[in-house]
Amino acid sequence: MNEVLVIGAGIAGIQAALDLAEQGLRVHLVERLPSIGGRMAQLDKTFPTNDCSTCILAPKMVDCSRHPNIVPHTYSEVEAVEGEAGQFDVRVRKRARYVDETRCTGCGECASKCPRKVPDAFNLGLSQRRAIYLYFPQAVPMVMTIDPEQCTYLQRGKCGLCAQVCEAGAIDFEQQDLLLDLCVDAIVVATGFDFYNPAPLTQYGYQRYPNVITALEYERLISASGPTGGHLLRPSDGQPAKKIGFIQCTGSRHVRHNRYCSTVCCVHAIKEATLAWEHDHDADSYVFYTDLRGSGKGFREYMDRAGRAYGVTYVHGRVAQIFELGPGSDSAGETHKPVIRYEDATTGRVAEMAVDLAVLATSLVPAHDAPLLAGILGIDMDEYGFVKTEPFSPADTSRPGIVACGCCLGPADIPQSVAQASAAAARAAEIAWELVRPRHREKG
Amino acid sequence: MDGFESRRPQRIPQRRPWSITQQQTARGPGDDPRIGVFICHCGHNIAGYLDVAALVASARSLPFVVLAQDSLFTCSDAGLNQIRTAIAEHGLNRVVVASCTPRTHEPLFQSACDEAGLNRYLFEFVNIRDQCSWVHMEDGERATRKARDLIRMGVARAALLQPLTETELAIQPAAAVIGGGMAGMTAAGSLARRGFSVTLIEREPALGGSVRHLDTLYPNRTSARKLVEAQVAAVRAEPQIEVLTSAEVTAVRGSIGHFELEVESRQYRMKLPVQAGVVVVATGAEEWKPAGMYGYGHNPAVITQQELEERLSTGDLPPDLRSVVMIQCVGARDAHHPYCGRTCCLVAMKNAMILKEGNPACQVHVLYRDIEVYGTHFEDYYAQARELGVVFTRYTPDRPPEVVGDQGRAGDKQTPVPPGRVLVYDELLGATLAIPYDLLVLSTPMVPRPGARELAQMLKVPVDEHGFFLEAHVKLRPLDFATDGIYLCGSAHWPAHLDEAIGQALGAAARAATVLSKEQIRSSGIVSRVEESLCRGCERCATACEYGAIEFVDVTRSVEFLHRPMARGLETVHVKVARVNPMLCKGCGACAVVCPTSAMVASHFTGEQVAAMIRAALQAPAAMGEDHGTL
Repeated sequence: MNEVLVIGAGIAGIQAALDLAEQGLRVHLVERLPSIGGRMAQLDKTFPTNDCSTCILAPKMVDCSRHPNIVPHTYSEVEAVEGEAGQFDVRVRKRARYVDETRCTGCGECASKCPRKVPDAFNLGLSQRRAIYLYFPQAVPMVMTIDPEQCTYLQRGKCGLCAQVCEAGAIDFEQQDLLLDLCVDAIVVATGFDFYNPAPLTQYGYQRYPNVITALEYERLISASGPTGGHLLRPSDGQPAKKIGFIQCTGSRHVRHNRYCSTVCCVHAIKEATLAWEHDHDADSYVFYTDLRGSGKGFREYMDRAGRAYGVTYVHGRVAQIFELGPGSDSAGETHKPVIRYEDATTGRVAEMAVDLAVLATSLVPAHDAPLLAGILGIDMDEYGFVKTEPFSPADTSRPGIVACGCCLGPADIPQSVAQASAAAARAAEIAWELVRPRHREKG
Repeated sequence: MDGFESRRPQRIPQRRPWSITQQQTARGPGDDPRIGVFICHCGHNIAGYLDVAALVASARSLPFVVLAQDSLFTCSDAGLNQIRTAIAEHGLNRVVVASCTPRTHEPLFQSACDEAGLNRYLFEFVNIRDQCSWVHMEDGERATRKARDLIRMGVARAALLQPLTETELAIQPAAAVIGGGMAGMTAAGSLARRGFSVTLIEREPALGGSVRHLDTLYPNRTSARKLVEAQVAAVRAEPQIEVLTSAEVTAVRGSIGHFELEVESRQYRMKLPVQAGVVVVATGAEEWKPAGMYGYGHNPAVITQQELEERLSTGDLPPDLRSVVMIQCVGARDAHHPYCGRTCCLVAMKNAMILKEGNPACQVHVLYRDIEVYGTHFEDYYAQARELGVVFTRYTPDRPPEVVGDQGRAGDKQTPVPPGRVLVYDELLGATLAIPYDLLVLSTPMVPRPGARELAQMLKVPVDEHGFFLEAHVKLRPLDFATDGIYLCGSAHWPAHLDEAIGQALGAAARAATVLSKEQIRSSGIVSRVEESLCRGCERCATACEYGAIEFVDVTRSVEFLHRPMARGLETVHVKVARVNPMLCKGCGACAVVCPTSAMVASHFTGEQVAAMIRAALQAPAAMGEDHGTL
């Protein structure tokens, strides 16, 4: 059977893997993190239908894990690629979880006993997890992982409580990284994106002011499976946020940061504002925008409806600065209230607005290890560090046999990523197919 | 059954014959229902509003329920494992899940039943999210009671569920692609390279679609003509692709695996049958003509972007244009079309740059609402246009541009008249600008092609409120229709840039290939069934069926004449009876409703099952001493 490697198991990688597997190809799905699911798993709901993200993603994750033609390699990374289309030799490092995947049931008893608390990466550090952890509650595979940097036993040879309480006997402190050698016909790159760290935009006070957060942090706060159980609470004092400012183009369309438009942030912010209203009809949201962009199917109607009915006000103007009110300057005695200073483009005047929560729509940027992977794969990147394709062959990278989809190509929304994933699957299948059946040259 | 009675079956059931037969086949003696109920929190979506613990407790008290449990996300790996384990451990023979919607999740839970050895049709779905927690989020207590009632109804039906069987059908490894533009040609090419034969059906005499009418393409000034010609040549050279131009689909029969399209060919002056296992819709879209807006239609100096593009490509423009004004969002994001046209900003920029490069002295103004240049490359394109000196001025819908004065010059070179002007309020300057124009170019959105609705009806697929084809799921199934075996790409779905349309076309090809790669597919088990002995061939069911799933066949029956003393004995008669094609039947039950003899049975939704649900709905649990509580 012909085999294809898919790198990255977010929604794009999952869709590509399913499309390939359903065509009868064997798929190796390599994911760096302990679970498949990618960014979409971190979202609460999705625009423009407000479908619960987990609810529509989880079935696809499960399909992937159950498909007879898909072999998921989670907590694994591609280390080397040699050869050419039709015969790539790929080395994959499967990192040690220190947990036997075949035995672990994901019951979580170990995590409840583990004494070591560390910031939870899935919740962006807004909550804490233990040194042994499940990446997120709906993880696939439903298997615990030990963080070797944080585990007291692995660091100092003491503790081992997890091994004592594990009834399945799944803890294995002796586990080693595993090297897999695969031979595949084609490679699909679906490694996604990172969010821009807005710290260099010092005028917005991110990490200096507790109530200035990023859009993804907001997503975790408002998610039922997030650190506050879905209650939109201000990080400074745990009080409900009633007035929220969304600052668009944080790092995007900016000559000193990222020149490009991050594509999804306008509708994303409007969705987040809509969710605030859904949770609390008294919530008021203000979206400070440069251009209000949303041309996907149903997006503009969604944006108009939010403005009409869901307490969302659109303010045309770029935000110059965010500062905090000093103690006692607010009549209610509130502290840590972010004040947004902006130019209202319709009046041409500089104005200020105090809010409970300021949400930065940070740029979508290439994944931090994208240059490394590009080197391993031998593919060209564009000037921003996204995978380069030619305009009218949107799935093909510069190296024959390697195709790409999703946000590793540049910012894209979920339907675009899914369509691109199917496109990449088509191209990868064409490559694999040409090897098993000679082309029919004669008509009929 | 005038004057005779059939011999087979021996005993004709007097009432509800279907349920009796089904009970006999499905549930043997001692096989009492053992129902497991699984109630989902759906994170916050259900548990945030409903009292899940109370629902579990009330489910536990229902007849035949041997197990009731809750879980945070029943659709997750852990949740499905919980179901599979419970089937084995508790000997469940019916499973009820109370969670979200069967639209997305029923197959998943059914598969979990399958995997645990339980016929997938012994699964019952209760939607307590969309129907309770979401619609009644302001009244959790009564919403909980409604959920409890719905679960009770689901359990009552589950007790009567019967195992059903699915039919298998061979797949014809060929595709029909409707629309020979760039998207259709790309999809056809990909499928052909995969080894499938393709019929490419194009209405126009030539392949190429709307790109044929363009001059150059953004972002790299590729010649549209060259790109189309290369693609057409590739399609024509591909032995696996049969191209039918000047051809239109006039009828569609069949379903996934074996579609039969009737194609009227103007070239061959005949109707051609096209057989295919799958259909790809790539019919594109076209520019909307803004009749009467800004003088379009009577002022020759007012044209659309596509008309400008045609003139650019033919060189039919005055060489000394001094000022061109482009207005964006004409007929878009307004009462004509509430949506954003997606592509028009880029088109305007491209044409503005071509004008500016051809004649740097020409002023080009673009009046816009929001510049829609998303992604990495388009923003650069916007910057290039500004660097070339194209002036972008933002307007708001409450102060739209206005055209005053006479017409521009482009229409009438012989007798120059004072140029017309466009008045626009510039919010950055806080002043109204009067921009003279020689040419006023209106950027209008793409709209569905004429005939799209008719094609949709033939294929039995939906269109959205604007007339674009409606996909199965906006987020996760952008290239599929809800009807299996039909796929979608390009601007027929929604206005798309060319690179997006090409990507979608490749994607639709992959989706189609997932079907064509298989040798056979299965029908649903939920299809209508005919109790032939009761059918008298009145054809009312066929009239009611929207899917053409019912045909009539002659069968022979041995009958015994009881009431004719002279001709007593067995005799063979020919009778006409209905037959259901399980591949076409959607299980809607319309046939069962109109059948006067109850010969048509809607499997999975039998009269007895539905009656049981109604009885359960009306049965307020007396112990709780409440009103019915259903909202």
